[in-house]
Amino acid sequence: MKRLDGKLGTLASLPMLVVLALAFIAPLGLVAIFSILPEKVFSIVNMPNFSAFKTMVNQGYYKSLLWSLFMAFAASTILFIICWPLAYGMAKVFKRFALIITIAVVMSLFVSENIRLFGWVLTLMKGGLIEGYLRHWTGVGFESPLYNVGIIIFGIVYVYLPFMLFPLAQGISMVPEDARQAARDLGATRWQVLTQIDLPLAAPGIMVGYLLTFVLAAGAMAEAKILGGRAVIAIADDIQTAFTYGQNWPLGSALSMVLIVLIGTLAIYGIAKIDLDKIMGRD
Amino acid sequence: MGTSRTTRIALTIYGIIIIAFLYLPLVSVAFASVSKARYLTFPIKRYSTGWFSEALASTEVRMLALTSLKIAVIVTILSMIIGFFGALAFARYQWRYRSLFQKLVLLPIFFPQTVLGLALLMWFNSLGIIPSWKTAIVAHLVWIAPIATLIVAIRAYSFDPALEEAARDMGASTPVILREITLPLLMPGIVAAGLFSFLLSWGNFPLSLFTTGADSTLPEWLYAKMVSGYSPLVPTLGILSVIGSFLLVIAALAGLAIYRALRPQK
Repeated sequence: MKRLDGKLGTLASLPMLVVLALAFIAPLGLVAIFSILPEKVFSIVNMPNFSAFKTMVNQGYYKSLLWSLFMAFAASTILFIICWPLAYGMAKVFKRFALIITIAVVMSLFVSENIRLFGWVLTLMKGGLIEGYLRHWTGVGFESPLYNVGIIIFGIVYVYLPFMLFPLAQGISMVPEDARQAARDLGATRWQVLTQIDLPLAAPGIMVGYLLTFVLAAGAMAEAKILGGRAVIAIADDIQTAFTYGQNWPLGSALSMVLIVLIGTLAIYGIAKIDLDKIMGRD
Repeated sequence: MGTSRTTRIALTIYGIIIIAFLYLPLVSVAFASVSKARYLTFPIKRYSTGWFSEALASTEVRMLALTSLKIAVIVTILSMIIGFFGALAFARYQWRYRSLFQKLVLLPIFFPQTVLGLALLMWFNSLGIIPSWKTAIVAHLVWIAPIATLIVAIRAYSFDPALEEAARDMGASTPVILREITLPLLMPGIVAAGLFSFLLSWGNFPLSLFTTGADSTLPEWLYAKMVSGYSPLVPTLGILSVIGSFLLVIAALAGLAIYRALRPQK
């Protein structure tokens, strides 16, 4: 049986491996090669000289990287705080309502990110849904909160909420009720139960949620472009400009490589820590 | 630990607020789509469904929808096939590199889509392939097939290998077992994966942007209009696309309910 499983496993993994090899690993290899070539070349038959990395440092491209990382970190932290109570409710309190929330949140994911962010522009702009009606009813308007760093973080929080909510709910559902009950019986306060039982025992879910939102947000671009009006440039935006408008593949590749290595290290570290069989097999 | 009534009510209200927060922008888009004015301001003074008829009559819109649909349908079919086999390798068979395979499947999901799209653009260029809607299928697959695999895998985990072994002991060959036992048992997962694949492909923007070449999908067109010159068709098409997606989900949920009701009781 074991030998047969081995053979069938290899065969069954083939279609996926072919797709990933040809359209994921190979293109990333090409990015890695281009990143060390002289700038503005379009063929890999060139001597590498790492000039793109120098340009990256000299021309301040690290700023957009730092901004992206900062915004991703801020958004993940805000998301953790916002999602915790709801995730707790979904895992421990709600019954039918947990299913309704799950369906509602998943359905929102099916709407193109663009349309939802555009919806926020219509909601928040001067003369938009909120300001327009407020002024109509009270005569008092307000300046549009769009086009700054805060609103970009808000957009990231909005778009990536499901990616924090579901792992958290999964993590909290793994906290045994007995442990919480015992702590309460021994006189622990609610705060002590939270900090000494819930948070440590839900740590795998917290880690997955944090990693997922951070990694996705670090590579995000649409929030900064649509809501932020490019108040700050996201690293993904710089990468796009280098590839398209700048026609500088090595620079785009070098910027990509920095982002890929950062995100990849985090993602691989996180994925290696997750016991997928345990998380997914419970159902 | 019994949760107090107050906590339960407070958490329920909190849940409703979060859901409202998720859907508020769509409410604005819906309002905007029925505003008669060419340049939108709230409160809306005159309502009209004119933009809807204009959108539905436009050949450009039809072309965009057709391109999006072609890509989504092919991505769905391929993702279901790859996801079915991938899930077996992911969850069912105990083979040597299973753990490595699981981790490899997760990587593209974590990967920034913009960077993936650009890397693919460069890759296609180097291979001498001119990007079109066909190359977008490849790009979508890299991201969507892993998600489909995960969805089918959830189903494959709850599946009892003894069923397959019993069939094998009675002399069934591997293709027969796959067709008669494995496939029907995983079918609900495969259908769910297909639904996700279709909707994610239909709504995808970052991958399409760089890999469709001269062709354009609906989300690409919407984005282009959002950043350069407003068109009153943007909210209209946006909301039409949303309604289409939601109808599909509702139809799927209804189909599931009917299937459960009609299924013979165990």
